[in-house]
Amino acid sequence: MKTTRRKFLQFTGTAAGASLLLGPNNAFGSIAKKDNSQQYAMLNDTTRCIGCQACEVACAEQSGFPSSDTKPEADNQRSTGTEALSVVNAHATDKGIVFAKTQCMHCDQPACVSACLVNAMYKTDEGPVIWKEDKCMGCRYCMVACPFDVPKFEYGSLNPKIRKCVMCFERLGEGQIPACAAACPQEAILFGKREELLDIARKRISDNPSEYVRHIYGEHEVGGTNILYLSGVPFDQLGFRTDLGTIPYPEYTKTFLYSVPLALLLGPAFMLGLRQATKGKDDKD
Amino acid sequence: MNTTDTSTPTYRRVGQDLWKFILSELKPKGKLLTPFNIISAPIILLGLVLIVLRFTMGLGATTNLNQEFPWGIWIGLDVVTGVAFAAGAYIVTFMVYVLRMEKYHSIVRATVLNGFLAYIFYAGALALDVGRPWKMINPIIGNSFGVSSVLFLVAWHFLLYMMAQFIEFSPAVAEWLGLKKLRKILGTLTVGAVVFGICLSMLHQSGLGALFLLAPAKLHPLWYTEYIPVLFILSSVFAGMSIVIIEGTISHRVFRHLISTKNHAEHMDIMVGLSRLAAAALFVYFFMKILVLVHGMHWHELLTPMGHLYLIEMIGFVVLPFLIFVIGAKNRDRKLLLSGAVITAVGIIFNRLNISVIAFKWYAPAHYVPSWIEIVVTLAVVFGEIWAFRWVANRMPVFSESPRWVKTLDEDTEQTVPAGAVPVKVKK
Repeated sequence: MKTTRRKFLQFTGTAAGASLLLGPNNAFGSIAKKDNSQQYAMLNDTTRCIGCQACEVACAEQSGFPSSDTKPEADNQRSTGTEALSVVNAHATDKGIVFAKTQCMHCDQPACVSACLVNAMYKTDEGPVIWKEDKCMGCRYCMVACPFDVPKFEYGSLNPKIRKCVMCFERLGEGQIPACAAACPQEAILFGKREELLDIARKRISDNPSEYVRHIYGEHEVGGTNILYLSGVPFDQLGFRTDLGTIPYPEYTKTFLYSVPLALLLGPAFMLGLRQATKGKDDKD
Repeated sequence: MNTTDTSTPTYRRVGQDLWKFILSELKPKGKLLTPFNIISAPIILLGLVLIVLRFTMGLGATTNLNQEFPWGIWIGLDVVTGVAFAAGAYIVTFMVYVLRMEKYHSIVRATVLNGFLAYIFYAGALALDVGRPWKMINPIIGNSFGVSSVLFLVAWHFLLYMMAQFIEFSPAVAEWLGLKKLRKILGTLTVGAVVFGICLSMLHQSGLGALFLLAPAKLHPLWYTEYIPVLFILSSVFAGMSIVIIEGTISHRVFRHLISTKNHAEHMDIMVGLSRLAAAALFVYFFMKILVLVHGMHWHELLTPMGHLYLIEMIGFVVLPFLIFVIGAKNRDRKLLLSGAVITAVGIIFNRLNISVIAFKWYAPAHYVPSWIEIVVTLAVVFGEIWAFRWVANRMPVFSESPRWVKTLDEDTEQTVPAGAVPVKVKK
């Protein structure tokens, strides 16, 4: 398609106008989306998981929590908690019992981060979503916002913390891979760059089309996540939410937030104008 | 309340010692053993004990909040509903200071006072709910601005709006304390505070609804819509009006001795006007809700249990009060208007609880139900607000006339000082 001069002018005009209204960072934020292909990510292949809970044990050890002695069973779905940042559940599916590990999905544009009013929830440049204790006020809006119900709150504590998987952010800094990925005997948890993991996932699907459903969970869900899943059965059979859509969560409140400076700018002018317009002879000023 | 008390407030006279005057004002006025006090005092005391318990035992021991339901009635009722009820202040100040509807001038102070105290008490209740309240200063002092958060906006607007409302009410404090010079300065700030306050109000009233925009997969489709912010502003109009009507009707009896005969006579006109406004807002709201329902295409949901709740909300608490207000305003029927206002207020509680608690994760097998502690603390917060309101209304010129010196002051002001912090043309 040839770009005519008219079109070019139209585009630059709109872009300039938008950037003036919204501030340069916001206006071009959506155009120059941060590249997450080189970020740290994990690929959980549920067809390989045998439910041995080695990842759970390693996770608990890494975080200093007691190990759970509950075995994954299809009629007892467990969820992550303040002392279990990752759990393995069993699911009765068309292909028999399938195990799936749950933990924070480390969204590309996380709902919890856009909910947090103090930047305590923080998306690192490396990929993991972490929590900063010195900032959090414990409002729990991140828990309301998270589509995967990941953040957990220490209700029993007088100095409560939000607990969630941080992809072993400290270990990554020391050049190690996350504890769960290191512990998995089945190589069901792959750690690497998101782009490479996507390639591996696609290759596995195309090499074994009968073994996998043609869906990489997390590739597009809520705008993409840094945790990716492969499965042999449709993901709803694994208890995954398949109704979340592909719109990144921050988009849901963007329009509202953009209207704020506009309202604060135009509101007073409008009202002072009204006040002048309704002025009678005997009114002051 | 103290209906038998006929004493009018005495403001500080010029030359009277300020601190002695304030000390003398701290003493209770009126009868202590009224039915209202006998009911509310034990609840407030119990509430205070429970608040201590919350800070010594933690949220887990005192509330029914859990990992599935992070927000309960301390947010859904105290904050989300309480702030809607406080909307009367921005609407009445808009009518009086922007549209210059002088008819409503006599209720401005009571409404602003009620709004201000509502924010202090209901938004103050946030400190109970927040897990780490000593960090609440973080979004304000600037070491961590979460500017992409709707809650950040709401927090800032709460703070700024409380200041704006205090400025709006402050002339009454200055009159009470007989501080002429201060009164003169504060009087000039009113219009600026009002205009700024209305913008802030509209933004955080809608912002409270916008909080739930981040829960598209958790809030029932009959309540989740991208128009939640608009619906919250619209409903704040009749929420605010209903409380002004209820408060006005009660105050009219309880503070009878303070209200001038002229304002007594106008009271019915004011109530009818407010009811008409509430009816109009209810109608527009109903229309918007229908539009949202049609566009959402969730018809089949109406036949589910949640759909029944939705229908009860729409017919029982939107259509019904609309009709009552229309008929009540036509016949100038005080009782009908009051019942319309009460139904509207109950409907707002129902709506806000639906969005923040009931229809939130409606699919969860074990749904959150508040603990008795949460309920008692909520009641204590409401009663505490009423006590504070009564304390101020019995002492400062809220219902009673301002001291005589104010009149001469206002005439001076008109000539020399521009009204408001925002530059407005000065009359030469």
